[in-house]
Amino acid sequence: MHPHPTTLDLEAIRQQFPILAERINGHPLVYLDNAASTQKPLCVIDRLSEVYRVDYANVHRGVHTLSQRCTDLFEEAREKVRRFINARHTHEVIFVRGTTEAINLVAQSYGRSKLMPGDEILISAMEHHSNIVPWQMLALQTGAVLKVAPISLEGTLLMAEFEGLLSEKTRLVSITHMSNALGTINPVKDIIRLAHARDIPVMLDGAQSAPHLPMDVRDLDCDFFAFSGHKLYGPSGIGVLYGKESLLEAMPPYQGGGDMIRRVTFEETEFNELPYKFEAGTPNIADTIALGAAIDFVEAIGMAAIADHEEQLLTYATSKALEIEGLRLIGSAPQKGAILSFTLEGIHPHDIGTLLDQLGIAIRAGHHCAMPVMDFFGLPATARASFALYNTFDEVDTLMDGIRQVIKLFK
Amino acid sequence: MLDQIRDLYQEVVFDHNRNPRNFRVMADANRTIQGFNPLCGDRITLYAKVKDGLIEDISFQGAGCAISTASASLMTEMVKGQSEAEAEKLFETFHRMTTGKSGDDINLEDIGKLAVLSGVRAYPARVKCATLAWHSLQAALKDEGHSISTE
Repeated sequence: MHPHPTTLDLEAIRQQFPILAERINGHPLVYLDNAASTQKPLCVIDRLSEVYRVDYANVHRGVHTLSQRCTDLFEEAREKVRRFINARHTHEVIFVRGTTEAINLVAQSYGRSKLMPGDEILISAMEHHSNIVPWQMLALQTGAVLKVAPISLEGTLLMAEFEGLLSEKTRLVSITHMSNALGTINPVKDIIRLAHARDIPVMLDGAQSAPHLPMDVRDLDCDFFAFSGHKLYGPSGIGVLYGKESLLEAMPPYQGGGDMIRRVTFEETEFNELPYKFEAGTPNIADTIALGAAIDFVEAIGMAAIADHEEQLLTYATSKALEIEGLRLIGSAPQKGAILSFTLEGIHPHDIGTLLDQLGIAIRAGHHCAMPVMDFFGLPATARASFALYNTFDEVDTLMDGIRQVIKLFK
Repeated sequence: MLDQIRDLYQEVVFDHNRNPRNFRVMADANRTIQGFNPLCGDRITLYAKVKDGLIEDISFQGAGCAISTASASLMTEMVKGQSEAEAEKLFETFHRMTTGKSGDDINLEDIGKLAVLSGVRAYPARVKCATLAWHSLQAALKDEGHSISTE
């Protein structure tokens, strides 16, 4: 029935996610809001609880056994992240609350210490608010100017225009690796090559790409890379900023407090070394360790296999969606992650969302925290189905059947 | 399968969504308000002609969901010809109906057709869709500048 049978053992995988057995409004849950946040496997849920049951103490402080054990687990998680994104050094991995905080850190530390009035920051027209607003705030603080590279109606970055916007005043490019609203996967290697040819560092917003594509920050040669644990089957409230050692070394701390210092007097403070310089205060210990468990989980399945499965889901869902009269896909880039953003003629996305929810189908309806993208397409909102490793072809069928029912109700 | 949602999506809602009443620009309005729901990005422009405390005419424009469009349409039908005080009282009743506890005593005769939107109370994520037009009206009557937000 389905053109490309998946290589994943979906039944076994789905059994690892207890929430997938839930019934919503009398129907089996069909969870297609993965771009907002993914569900959690048992190994993550159990690890979280186990940390608090047997391993927990504050880290980097105590001489007692639990403190040392918890510190070791915490630092093991950092090493897992390093391996996951193939960073050169473990100290290039900074733990933060999520992608948003990572971008704010770079804006306020790197940006604020470097930018002069008239300097430029270059982003794209498909950014999430979290990769727009921190730069606008920085521009207000420093007198720098925010430049925006345009996109096509397909939802792809216009590369010639992008290159044209790289000027001698450009101090940083910050761009999404994969668009949350459109699914577009940007040609980040080309972007980085063009920027580096002019000695401009590049930050990648990896919130959507890290959970769905094999990641290698050294191969990409990006200068900063940010992602969130909660979109990678891990806990919320924990995320990662990767930065090249030389850049991080030269940057001032983002926040002051405990753990980020070596010596404090009332006259002056000597800051700690990387990565602790950027991790003031007691970190999110248990969630960090559970993020490590989430990384173990996806690596055991294999990121390449996950990407392959999701690509098949997207291909199947796209072809089925296009059979529905009145359905318009928003975002049709040739390189796309498993995100299906769409509108139905005469039916507002919010109504679609509420009605599909009655059938147990969870999608996102709204502007996806990307209002400028909606403005570009002249839409107040879209409906968005976003897929993850545990989604099945049958669930795509359920979604399409649900969409047809919504259309029928509105006729 | 979608029958159970008929408590929210009643035929009157579909009717007003398909053919919204008073859906036009009013060139000679003396009150114009932009209503905005930042949660969903929906916008509405509400026009009113208020003279001697009486809402002589009212109309709206904008693109929203079925609930917000129907709510705006029904509202304009109801308050046209009412005094500002009557409209204010209706807003309070409507607000209580859509956000209050189910035990709240609402006199359905007071709100007439608006009762079709009482089902929204069971869908907290959609209450703001139903109240956007009403918040806009309240701002228009108070003449609070030119834009309001549900947040």
